[in-house]
This record gives sequence, structure tokens and C-alpha cells, in this order.
Amino acid sequence: MLSDSPIAVEQHGPELLHHFVDAEQQRDAASLGMWLFLATEIMFFGGMFCAYLVYRYWYYNEFAAGSRSLDIYLGTINTAVLICSSLTVALGVRAAQMGKRKLLVILLLLTIVFGFAFLAIKGVEWYDKYKEHHVPGHSFNASDLEKPPYSNGGIDQQHEQIYFSLYFAMTGLHALHMIIGVGIFMFLTYYAWKGRYTPKYYTPVEIGGLYWHFVDIVWIYLFPLLYLIDRKPLR
Amino acid sequence: MSEHIMSSKFYYTIWIALLCLTVITAAVSFVDLGPFNTIVALVIATIKALLVVLFFMHVKYTSEKLTKIVIVSAIFWLFLLLALSMADYATRLLS
Repeated sequence: MLSDSPIAVEQHGPELLHHFVDAEQQRDAASLGMWLFLATEIMFFGGMFCAYLVYRYWYYNEFAAGSRSLDIYLGTINTAVLICSSLTVALGVRAAQMGKRKLLVILLLLTIVFGFAFLAIKGVEWYDKYKEHHVPGHSFNASDLEKPPYSNGGIDQQHEQIYFSLYFAMTGLHALHMIIGVGIFMFLTYYAWKGRYTPKYYTPVEIGGLYWHFVDIVWIYLFPLLYLIDRKPLR
Repeated sequence: MSEHIMSSKFYYTIWIALLCLTVITAAVSFVDLGPFNTIVALVIATIKALLVVLFFMHVKYTSEKLTKIVIVSAIFWLFLLLALSMADYATRLLS
């Protein structure tokens, strides 16, 4: 009697949840949501960049001296490490699109390795600053910094602390994003290993990739702004 | 997000370009260009960011216009934050 049910019950996989028209709409919605989150992240970092801009404008000599005291070689290597990690992420999304499970797992693991390498190098740099008494606070001492030849007067210790406060706050917030990124990629690696991602459904890999690339872009701006303010030879 | 699958060669090309720009920006910072040191550093950083956004993040190939609107407005709001703040601080007389 009730053999013909009026409601057709369709089975959906994760690639098409019932409230989306088609798989493409679902993917676009996920991507748009991630971009909206990244827009809030731009404003999050933007506040720091704004503080940096104002203080750099006011205390240029101290910012130049502080910038010169950073290790430009470690900074450049770290930039290259992050660019390599962005490549492995981009290739990983491609591997997911083509359904190459093993390649995807290898590329995700490589990304995690690059992430840890970045954090390790950053840790070495921070430790060097700690040993040089360049961490703002009670034992701060920047009397070893060379003052730029064009500046009149010495280096103001208070203003120098503002540079290093911003240096630690900005690189610290960036490193926090790296740690979260490494955590996200560990989840992605686990589920990629379990074979959850297919050419039909790889949205988490794509979305996680967007986050990783964004953190890379923040560093692309932090590197010249913090390390390369004034590297001209002092005469 | 599109189904567009790029060749791996394409991604390697972008990667090499990003690495070259990184070496260039570090090397140029040692040359005295006066105020242009900062401008060159920021232009190179912006080229690198564009390469990542357009090709690694697939924005060039997305068919979704809303995503592009979100990106452009986010950059516009950041510009407002920086420009209006500096319009105040740069015209202020410090005692």
C-alpha cells in the first residue's frame, strides 16, 4: 500500500551535502567562507602593520638600527623555507585533485617538515636576541647597536624597545599562525592517509592550503619590513 | 575554486620566480638607493604576494566573483586603515 514513498531519499557523500545545489556550489561556498576568514585575518595583522608604520615614521633611526641587528641570512633562508612549503601545498592540492593519495600524503608531510624548519630557525633567531639583551623588558640593553651615520644623537633605548616589541609581537603572532597551520596539516595528513580525499572531495586540502598560503604572504611582507629597513653599508 | 588542474611544471616556475625575487630583495637592500630602498622592497613583496594569491591560491582561475570581491574589499579596508591613520600622524606636529 505504501510502496511508493513520495520523498526520494538520496544518499549524499561529503562532496555534496543536501543543502547545496551541486558540488561546485558547495566548493565555492567553502572557499568563500575561508576567504572571508582571511579578510578578518588581514585586519588582525593590519592593526600591527599600522602600529609598525606609525612608529617607524616617528623613530626611523631606532628602527633602522634594530633592523640591522637582525640576522638577514637566517631571515632570507626562512623566507625560502616558507616559499618551498607553499610549493608543496600547491602541489599537494594538485595531487588531491588527481586522486594521488600517496603523493598527497608525502607533500603534506613535507609541508609540515618545512613548517617545523621555519619555527626552528625562528627560535634560533629569538634565542640570539635573548642573549643580546634585545628582548624588551627589565634587562633590555641596546647600547651595542650601531647608530646610523645620518642620525644626530644616540639611540633612544625606549624607542628601540618599541621596535623590538613590534618585532616580537609580529613574528610571534606569525609563528602562532604557523603552529596552528602545522596542526591543521597534521589532521589533513591523517585523513589523506585514510583516503578520505578524492578528486570529487578535497575541499579541506584546498581550504587548509589557502590558510597556509596566507601565512606565507604575511611573512613575505614581514621580511622586508623587519629585516630590510636599512642595510646600506655604514660609512 | 575551479576544477582547473595546472601542470606541476607551472607551479615549479612560480616557485623559482618567488625564490629569485627573495634573493633579489635581500641583495638590493645592501645597495644605497636612498628612499627607493623601501619602495623597491615593498614592490617586490607585492609581486611575490600577487604570484602566491593568483596562482598558488588559484584566484586567477576561480569563476566565483564573490571571492574576488571579498579579496579586493579586504585590501581596500587595510588601505583605509593605513592611509587614514597616516593622514593623521604624518600631519601632526610633534612637540
